[in-house]
Amino acid sequence: MSANLIGLLYDATLQTLYMVAVSALLGTLFGLPLGVFLATSQRGELMSAPWWNTVLGLVVNAARSIPFIILVVAIIPFTRWVAGTSIGTTAAIVPLTLAATPFIARLVENAIREVDAGLIEAARAMGATPVQIIRKVLIPEALPGLVLGLTLAVVSLIGYSAMVGAVGGEGLGDLGIRYGYQRFMPDVMLAVVVILIVMVQLVQSAGEWIARLVDKRAPRNRGG
Amino acid sequence: MSQPANPTAAAIRFDAVEKALAAQGKGRVVALRDVTLEVPPGAICGIIGRSGAGKSTLLRMVNGLERPSSGTVTVAGHDVGRAKGAGLRRIRRDVGMIFQHFNLLASRTVYGNIALPLEIAGLPAAEIRSRVSDLIARVGLEAQAKRYPAELSGGQKQRVGIARALATRPKVLLSDEATSALDPETTQTVLALLRDINRDLGLTILLITHEMGVVRDIASDMAVIDAGRIVEAGPTHDVFVSPQHPTTRSFLSGVTGINLPGFIAARMQDSRPDGPAQEVIRVTFSGSHATDPMLARLASEMGTEANILAGAVEEIGTRPFGNLLISVDAAKGAAARGFLDRHGLMTEVMGYVR
Ligand SMILES: Nc1ncnc2c1ncn2[C@@H]1O[C@H](COP(=O)(O)OP(=O)(O)OP(=O)(O)O)[C@@H](O)[C@H]1O
Ligand SMILES: [Mg+2]
Repeated sequence: MSANLIGLLYDATLQTLYMVAVSALLGTLFGLPLGVFLATSQRGELMSAPWWNTVLGLVVNAARSIPFIILVVAIIPFTRWVAGTSIGTTAAIVPLTLAATPFIARLVENAIREVDAGLIEAARAMGATPVQIIRKVLIPEALPGLVLGLTLAVVSLIGYSAMVGAVGGEGLGDLGIRYGYQRFMPDVMLAVVVILIVMVQLVQSAGEWIARLVDKRAPRNRGG
Repeated sequence: MSQPANPTAAAIRFDAVEKALAAQGKGRVVALRDVTLEVPPGAICGIIGRSGAGKSTLLRMVNGLERPSSGTVTVAGHDVGRAKGAGLRRIRRDVGMIFQHFNLLASRTVYGNIALPLEIAGLPAAEIRSRVSDLIARVGLEAQAKRYPAELSGGQKQRVGIARALATRPKVLLSDEATSALDPETTQTVLALLRDINRDLGLTILLITHEMGVVRDIASDMAVIDAGRIVEAGPTHDVFVSPQHPTTRSFLSGVTGINLPGFIAARMQDSRPDGPAQEVIRVTFSGSHATDPMLARLASEMGTEANILAGAVEEIGTRPFGNLLISVDAAKGAAARGFLDRHGLMTEVMGYVR
């Protein structure tokens, strides 16, 4: 493989990392509060707002049922409005974030719902406000689940990021299609696949390691 | 739980409280009906009832986790049922609560769990540190301060729960089956801790349980709840000595250790049969009454021989309390009871056997 190709692979890897990191960050920024709201706003719950809960639940479901490749194309005008262009790595962050947000919201909702209702009751009995309960009880107690959920989201985003090549996004997926497939260079294809596998593996292992680190629910393994 | 002269003097006061709950498929369930109860300041009041009787519903009204459908619940003069928002949260800081399953945060250490209510109340960090250290010492968990709940035993977890409930220096402590998940020995240490707290801090404790043993061991006052109604209430000793309601009696029979021997219980009937029969009598005595001389005198003065079927003497509060089941010739039953009643014992006909 030529030095030129190795340079291309290196750049594409950085582009993928950039797209995934920024969209995961933005997706969490929007998805976390949305997920917390979905988990706490049914009738009789902490932030009871059943009407809003239903509406936002429908929006989230709708967003999640659109295939990603269609989402990318369908929102091109919106992407152009937000990013100033609809082509390139930065522009690709817009559809990636849009796909990540509802996905992360549902993962957050599930993790928060796992928290024992007895803890919410104990906090209410202490005179905590709903915001205090979310910040001091629900999020810390759901942390292991939240970390695993975010890990899943990042892994999915790595997969999605390969598709944005279709609309001029760059990164590993784009490289694999343009060189590996269209110019028939199997070594490039193989390199792309290997880098993606390693990337997913590292994210998954790191996520599980952090989740274990923050999980205090089971006694620490004193043998190791 | 007697009527005090000043109605605001009660630490906790339920006044004609009703609670209806919407139940799936069944329309509405009335969990509490016409509950009127007063808990004097400094009392340990035990509420006992069967599963589903409404104990938790009653307790949760004291800190506004449940609201009455009608009637009022007053805590230290505040109407909890009508308080909202910041006012309700302020009342809640004056009422600590402990739970059957402890409800500790798995993500916080012992120290962090006890600090939580103080963080919520917005106390300065230095104040939180000193208060939490004191509380950890009070419940004897100095060595465990940095441990997580998953690394503690049940008894230690409940100690954390108690320390956390005391952190905001409440006037009232609520306990929802706080010892039901613990073994008998641990139960005793937790009850002893509650008794010490009650004595040292003058805290009013309202506890619910389905175990009469817990009431006997720590409650100064008690109430029995059955199907949403308070069917009996008063000082624990009085209720133990002369239970009025069948539910109370059935709870008592479990704890006083005096059950009829099976072969008698099986043959017992409510009305006196024709012909020769034995009358089964429960004799209850409290204070310093001695029974043996009384039964001996029953024989010598009345000519009535009594068979002892079962009996036990124990301590309730600080006073001895005894229970004896005897049988006498049914023809002489009324006279025997009259004799014992005149000498300060309490009697009750349980039934007849042929
Ligand atoms: N959220 C609810 N919705 C509908 N009905 C309820 C609800 N909570 C309790 N109930 C009903 O109210 C009644 C009293 O319940 P409560 O939990 O107060 O009983 P309890 O005496 O504490 O029982 P246990 O000893 O089993 O804890 C029961 O009949 C129960 O089925
Ligand atoms: Mg209950």
